[in-house]
Amino acid sequence: MSVDSRFTHKIWQEEELSKMVKGGVPFAMLSDAGGRIGKVYGVYDEAAGVDIRGRFLIDPDGVIQAMEVLTPAVGRNVAELIRQVKAFQHVRKTGEATPSGWQPGRVTLKPGPNLVGKVWEIWKPDMAF
Amino acid sequence: MSQPKDSCVEPAGGPIGVPETEGQQPTTTQKEELRMLAQVGKPAPDFEASAFVKGGFENIRLSNYKGKWVVLCFYPGDFTFV
Repeated sequence: MSVDSRFTHKIWQEEELSKMVKGGVPFAMLSDAGGRIGKVYGVYDEAAGVDIRGRFLIDPDGVIQAMEVLTPAVGRNVAELIRQVKAFQHVRKTGEATPSGWQPGRVTLKPGPNLVGKVWEIWKPDMAF
Repeated sequence: MSQPKDSCVEPAGGPIGVPETEGQQPTTTQKEELRMLAQVGKPAPDFEASAFVKGGFENIRLSNYKGKWVVLCFYPGDFTFV
């Protein structure tokens, strides 16, 4: 979503994005005329008149589970987004918690009295990376 | 899903359930209220926006995606660099 019109989105998709991704990006390109939606999400830059780089992960109940906001010059890391989607999906399904750096298949945490003071036994700092 | 008419200027809905600020210059308090709406653990503010999708134009409402995981990305502009 950006403040550009759907007409501009069409030409960007056809003239440039389709040369980066075969068939073009497969996502809906939304228009936020005047930044009205960006204001509500806290990502509209009044001075520049544009929405800055904000990303929101929304669960099937419509609840925001994660957000990341960057100033324009630094791009996002899609691998981290996908990791977060997998982690939130795992948590939703199992009720477990995923420690720092978790990847699918790695150890999860079951918070409770028995885990207090014992995290060091099952999670090591090198697993954060 | 409503189809936008392909005229040049068509209101696209925008935020839903957010009180419209009156006049051109909202007070600081109103601005703060608008900015505070998106928070983790809280419902994502609903909206309707016109969109280019699958080769055509469509109006998209966030609340129609209940039951699915949604990634909502804002970016500064088409044809920018990053």
